[in-house]
Amino acid sequence: MGAFLWGLFMNPEKYAVHYADKFLAPSLEHPFGTDFVGRDMFYRCIKGLSNSIVVGILASAVSSVVALVLGIASAVCGKWVDMVVNWCVDLCMGLPHLVLLMLISFMLGKGVKGVTIAVALTHWPSLTRIVRAEVMQIRSSQYVQAAYKMGISKWKVAVTHIVPHVLPSYLIGLVLLFPHAIMHEASITFLGFGLPAEMPAIGVILSEAMKHLATGKWWLALFPGLLLLIAVVLFDVIGDNLKKLWNPGSGNE
Amino acid sequence: MEESKKTILEVKDLVVSFNMYKKGFRKEDLEVIHSLSIDVKEKEIVAIVGSSGSGKSILASAILGLLPGNAKTGGSIDYMGQPLDDVRRKQVLGTEIAYIPQSVDHLDPVMKVGPQVVGVHSTKEKQRKMFQKYQLDEKVEQMYPFQLSGGMARRVLISAAVLETPKLIIADEPTPGLSVDLAMETLKHFRKIADEGTGILLITHDIDLAFEVADRIAVFYAGTIVEISPTEDFKRGKEYLRHPYSQAFLAALPQNEFQPIPGTQPYAGNLPEGCLFANRCPYVSDRCSGEIPMREVRGGKVRCVNAT
Amino acid sequence: MQLKVEHIDFRYTEKSPWILRDISLTIESGERVGIVGPSGCGKSTLAKIIAGYEKPTSGIVTIDGQPLPSKGMCPVQMIFQHPEYAVNPRWKMKKTLNECWQPGDELIQQMGIEKDWLNRWPAELSGGELQRFCIARVLSPDVKFLLCDEVTTMLDVITQAQIWQVLLENAKKNDYGMLIVTHNMALAEKVCTRIVSLGTDTNGL
Repeated sequence: MGAFLWGLFMNPEKYAVHYADKFLAPSLEHPFGTDFVGRDMFYRCIKGLSNSIVVGILASAVSSVVALVLGIASAVCGKWVDMVVNWCVDLCMGLPHLVLLMLISFMLGKGVKGVTIAVALTHWPSLTRIVRAEVMQIRSSQYVQAAYKMGISKWKVAVTHIVPHVLPSYLIGLVLLFPHAIMHEASITFLGFGLPAEMPAIGVILSEAMKHLATGKWWLALFPGLLLLIAVVLFDVIGDNLKKLWNPGSGNE
Repeated sequence: MEESKKTILEVKDLVVSFNMYKKGFRKEDLEVIHSLSIDVKEKEIVAIVGSSGSGKSILASAILGLLPGNAKTGGSIDYMGQPLDDVRRKQVLGTEIAYIPQSVDHLDPVMKVGPQVVGVHSTKEKQRKMFQKYQLDEKVEQMYPFQLSGGMARRVLISAAVLETPKLIIADEPTPGLSVDLAMETLKHFRKIADEGTGILLITHDIDLAFEVADRIAVFYAGTIVEISPTEDFKRGKEYLRHPYSQAFLAALPQNEFQPIPGTQPYAGNLPEGCLFANRCPYVSDRCSGEIPMREVRGGKVRCVNAT
Repeated sequence: MQLKVEHIDFRYTEKSPWILRDISLTIESGERVGIVGPSGCGKSTLAKIIAGYEKPTSGIVTIDGQPLPSKGMCPVQMIFQHPEYAVNPRWKMKKTLNECWQPGDELIQQMGIEKDWLNRWPAELSGGELQRFCIARVLSPDVKFLLCDEVTTMLDVITQAQIWQVLLENAKKNDYGMLIVTHNMALAEKVCTRIVSLGTDTNGL
């Protein structure tokens, strides 16, 4: 989190070009070393990571809203809607994730907009399924059925019974979506279909590093790679802990 | 009861507690079984009766070593005079000790029933014979567990357990889902197996069933056994029982007076000191607040200081 | 008042076997009709149809000649075997109890519900305690018929006797009709005014 905020307001000077210092190995002054135009890798990585996180937040927020709407619609609005939604889910899940990402991103002219929309559009299916299953399950539960029989209106049942039940797993799904979004953002950027080369982003850094890896500039790939890994694992851990917190039952083992 | 009978299973002062999350990340130990003692002799059926969800099945799991990872146990479980530890369990489970679980969920869902029943210790012929005895078609052998009806599944589970004439059978609610005829048939079979030397621990909430076959009945209350007495005493009436809870239990049966006593069973985590039944007992006195040992009274065992 | 069940047939899909065939039954106010039969014979399904939880494949359920209302508190209420599924696990008991009407102190006391339980979560109460809530929350004056589907099967016999004592007392006072589904013949004989046994041939064990 700190890295994210730090990166957001970072002075671009910190990772400015210094041709004099190119290809320095990690030292106290440059903990992650410098790259082929002498930019400090440490600051560049932090900035890159925070850029990735912004894209990730945007994408998973959009994705999760799509998932929530479609999931509830598919569980509540009857057979036809359910079929169409399920068909879309299957379609999106059936295609290789990366290919779809690249296609959409490329179509929208790459850049921040392209990546964000691409990631947002490809990450809703699994969460949709979760939301749909949760709503379906709770709708057929005895206490909801009993509430209908007790004369409670549909709207009130939805607000008092269904939403509070779906919310925790939805939020957990949202948090767990995050590492996915970041990973995929980094992947397509790495492959050159994502964020532009001048923007510090983990994907960009890694793909640049590829060119110099063979010449022994190991720090260019190692540190950004590790950083990405740590960020992803961190979100995963947060998600898992939230899961434990909200369903104490699942954490008893 | 003749004293010469060999004791097969002896559980002494068993305590089982679960480490649970209470609020947030705080963990707490929840004791669900408290100093429970019971023994099963050869040629004998001992029934444990008590309400559903009161922890009877946990006793079975504890004996079989099937408790989940967050459980802690205390006290001792002896099998044939020696402690039943994990090493010993491995040797005797499935051959000398058989388990009849509550549901088909305990079968491997992707293995056909026939081979599954044969398992690693038995032969095909034995399984065929046992299936015939339980009116299971040869076709059943080729079925997967999900294809079985409730009654069929029950019979498969029972036949699997008795295939190898074990020394001890632990049956957890073996009859629900069976028609009355088949339930009776099953119980008769239990009786026969027991008469041949096997000890059977029958866990049930159906008191009628216990009356029908058991030699002794153990009454389960709030996570412990308050009385173990010959079935005869239960049939003769509440005056013949020892523990005030068993007496109240008998009086509340619909076939008897159908007369309840007030109050509710205390649950784990909120138990009174001393006698667990004290807050509902008509004969409660100061002596009830201390440690209550299991005592022998008139050929039965009772956990009550006032019983005579 | 009269609850009438006429020529009910039921099966889940067009290909599945019939669960109920041509069942007819009439319950008057003040009557307690027991339905007994082995497990799997369709007792519970019948109760669910009468309470409106399932739609019959054919046949109709009427109350004083009118079909059951689809809006508002249904005059036919059902109590289930497993109270732990019939209450929202995320609601405190107080909210559950007051979901459709405000049971008076008298009823709460009579049901043996202790004040202290109202502020607990369902997971902190036993089945017998939860069942008391499930019963109290539907015993509003609008309810004319109460269906009890094995309501005490999962409870210990003392709690069973306690709950039936209250149910019978209440039924007498408010003069509602009851349908009692049970497999326990002794219980049926003790609490019912009339016993109907459902066929045994429907379930191929």
